[in-house]
Amino acid sequence: MQPPAEHVHWLFATGILFLGLLLLAEAVVGREVWRRRRWRAYLWPALLFGLGVLMWPVMVLFTNSTVHMLAHSAWAQVMMLAGAAELGLVSGRLRHEAWRLCVPLMLAVSGAAFLIHEANPWLYSRSAFVHHLCGWILLVGAIFPLGAAFKPRSWVFAGGYALVMVAVSIALFTSRDVAPVFGHLDPAAGVQHR
Amino acid sequence: MTQYATEFLRSHTWSARKAVLLTLGPCSAVAGFAWALFQPWRLTLLHPHGQGFWWLVVEPPLLVILAGVLFHVLVARPLVDDLEDLR
Repeated sequence: MQPPAEHVHWLFATGILFLGLLLLAEAVVGREVWRRRRWRAYLWPALLFGLGVLMWPVMVLFTNSTVHMLAHSAWAQVMMLAGAAELGLVSGRLRHEAWRLCVPLMLAVSGAAFLIHEANPWLYSRSAFVHHLCGWILLVGAIFPLGAAFKPRSWVFAGGYALVMVAVSIALFTSRDVAPVFGHLDPAAGVQHR
Repeated sequence: MTQYATEFLRSHTWSARKAVLLTLGPCSAVAGFAWALFQPWRLTLLHPHGQGFWWLVVEPPLLVILAGVLFHVLVARPLVDDLEDLR
């Protein structure tokens, strides 16, 4: 009953797409309007925390290598940390603005994990390409939430953070277990399907 | 800037925000629909024989449409109502 890896990527892509849409909406209307309804303020931090929780089964089930397990557990931890920190800030239990740095930390660690656990070069297969692409988008994109932590009213930083999430979700939706990328598929990757 | 010009700019900014909010969800849904048209074999529900459990449950174009519809109904519309109230 274990799902194929590409299905897991697509399910996470859906969650991250929804997260990106929420962040875009917040960037468009501004934090004050976004938080006019209490439940809405908790929405994306809770989703981020939930995605972190769901990353644990991925860590347990997909044990291709030790690096895979370490990467997935690092993701799970930083996503839960970032989600929990934002939940704490929204509820008022956390007051120090430095907690906002958990989100850029999450993006940087996630990007590094993507790059480290992908052992193959960019054009080895579609999956390898997607992992490299996601890694660099997240690593470079961490600058947006980092900027937003210091300038919370900047729509450039807030919008940039949202678009990073949307870009990652699009990249994840293109993931396939064994498929060529720009006509390249290393013979060692296996036989293409679908 | 005159009071009229300020009011005019504010009104246009609010209208633009509202338009963007009301476009995000449908844009996602249209993207998912276009994907389904371009790659119909991704929708295994259209040809379910011989498909495994996960191939029948996880239909990526439908997931994109679902995300767009849920966002529009649950988030964008109440948010636009709040924008209208503030106006």
